[in-house]
Amino acid sequence: MKDPVDVLIIGAGASGAAVAWSLAETKMHILCLEQGGWMNPAEYPSTGRDWEAKFYGEWSSSPNVRGRPEDYPINDDNSPIKVVNYNAVGGSTVMYTAHWPRLHPSDFKVKTLDGVADDWPIDYDALTPFFEENDRIMGTSGLSGDPLSPLTHPPMPQQPMGLSGAIVGKAMNKLGWHWWPSDTTVATMDYEGRARCINLGHCTPACAQGAKSSTDITYWPHAIRAGVELRTHCRVREITTDENGMASGVVYYDKDGVEQFQPAHVVIIACNGVGTPRLLLNSKSNRFPNGLANSSGLVGKNLMFHPYAQIYGYVEEPTDSNRAPPTCLWSKEWYDTDLSRGFVRGYGVQFVRGAGPVFEAVVSEQKGILPWGEDHHRVFRKLNGHRLGFSAICEDLPEEHNQVTLDPVLKDSHGIPAPKIDYTISENSRKMMEHALARGREVLETAGATDICINSPIPWGGWHLLGTARMGTDPNRSVVNEWGRAHDVKNLFIVDGSIFVTSGGVNPTSTIQALALYIADQMKQRLANLFD
Amino acid sequence: MSADNLTRTQRDDLRTIAAMIVPASDAYKVPGADDPAIQADMLATLGRDTKLVAAALDHLARLAGGPFAELDANRREAVAQEFRKVGGAAAATLVRVVLQCYYRDDRVLRSLGLELRAPFPKGHVLPDGDWSLLDPVKARGGTLRRAP
Repeated sequence: MKDPVDVLIIGAGASGAAVAWSLAETKMHILCLEQGGWMNPAEYPSTGRDWEAKFYGEWSSSPNVRGRPEDYPINDDNSPIKVVNYNAVGGSTVMYTAHWPRLHPSDFKVKTLDGVADDWPIDYDALTPFFEENDRIMGTSGLSGDPLSPLTHPPMPQQPMGLSGAIVGKAMNKLGWHWWPSDTTVATMDYEGRARCINLGHCTPACAQGAKSSTDITYWPHAIRAGVELRTHCRVREITTDENGMASGVVYYDKDGVEQFQPAHVVIIACNGVGTPRLLLNSKSNRFPNGLANSSGLVGKNLMFHPYAQIYGYVEEPTDSNRAPPTCLWSKEWYDTDLSRGFVRGYGVQFVRGAGPVFEAVVSEQKGILPWGEDHHRVFRKLNGHRLGFSAICEDLPEEHNQVTLDPVLKDSHGIPAPKIDYTISENSRKMMEHALARGREVLETAGATDICINSPIPWGGWHLLGTARMGTDPNRSVVNEWGRAHDVKNLFIVDGSIFVTSGGVNPTSTIQALALYIADQMKQRLANLFD
Repeated sequence: MSADNLTRTQRDDLRTIAAMIVPASDAYKVPGADDPAIQADMLATLGRDTKLVAAALDHLARLAGGPFAELDANRREAVAQEFRKVGGAAAATLVRVVLQCYYRDDRVLRSLGLELRAPFPKGHVLPDGDWSLLDPVKARGGTLRRAP
């Protein structure tokens, strides 16, 4: 029998790293179990000539394609949007675009403002200090002062505009629409031991330079120096409970595949919007027959993805192609509700600089704009290095039928039931996507683009996994309370994207980490009566 | 599964369909995707794609009623068009394998004006751009929506 730890964190990704770092100052015995291992940047795709091909195999964003031992399969056949993630120390911050907007103040009050979904039990102002702290530790770059975004103070200047950014900026100015250099977690100068960006371009599947922030190179070194123990290649099967209905520890498989029990006084889940409900549903017992912390029946429900409406085209002048971080500018022109558009809520836009030659050839062939045969070479030279993209991140509202359950057949390599996704795109989201595509077409045509193509939704675009263990003050309508503690289990906390009440129209990682820091702060303030 | 699992006939068919996807060009001074070095790269790196590529080649042979490579030019063209239309995920994988090996060949990259190297460690240089382009956005300003 192992000695109990004070705090056991499950998952070493965006939120697990943040909460571990924040709690480390308490000097409690903190252990994190992570199913993946430490990454080796020398093996990242951009170090090899086959850098693009790897994205279709061992470096695919889909765990089902990737199939590494650290991954678990996901049945997403019944969803037009497929789940993408990464399992390692750093989690999906190893494999993300580093685009770094925050939820807006209005996103926390959608019921009050627009009469839909629910308000969050906390507001933007409660998270403000944690956004700032997180930006400092993750190391953000950007330009303060965007009139249509929450005020941020990035410690590093924005990324270069590049060729693509200038084309987009001119087109947006002609149309009189808002645009601004994106806040990103790409270091534009040497920062806290990270080297500055040298425009490897292939940012999403991990940054060999270490310029892109991921928690394995930001939070974790600090947390480990402060005494947090991180055990890798340990996959948690279930959370156990005692006779008082409190979490007593976890059962996990160690790096040798041997079943272990780790007792703990506090358990924190940081597995995000698919992994967290999967774990809770796999933790059912006589005491919790519908899964742990699921008296509301809402564990796994209200899955929100952010359907991406993407449109792109080809301009005559060269773009940045793969020679820069993929995203450089955003627009909040259509972020807030305007019912004259035919839908409620809105979307953020991230502009895409371009693509590498293999990606360009493969995608254009699939779209039917790159022919086979004699004319292939002429057309490819017209397309390659001339792509410009517009991607709308549409706010998905919570709907209970969009859900994560346990697949009755599919299991991971340890025999643990795998998650199953049932998801449809709502009528409101479809109208929003159509609106975005029409605006994107205007932008591209104003920029002089031709051969315009659409990806809507982006099929392998389920990056943002939100809402499946939502927070709230009413135990009948939420899974955790306003400071992340499970209503049903008073020593169980959730700190990841599953606690989002609504999704906003932006990439969520900044907000996920701010929430994790906020919850850690709440825990520290309540240590004397944490379980009351 | 390795590329050894492709039969001689499948390899012949792969080479033939690859040449139809990307033929050699004197105008652009590039080899076709049936070039021996590019074919060798495909076979050496098929890896996890082997099963689907083999399935695609079997499908191609079924459409051809025998070895695809042995068809006359007109019949090959008709079968290739049908294969592209109905081949599904397996055909898409085959085409992707052809293109990902073709567009990393030194001769092809050179003809496109691209450097023959991995992105790391040299990276690329990006123009900072003219940030006065933002002036109209700043001038318009705006306010954040908030709950009353």
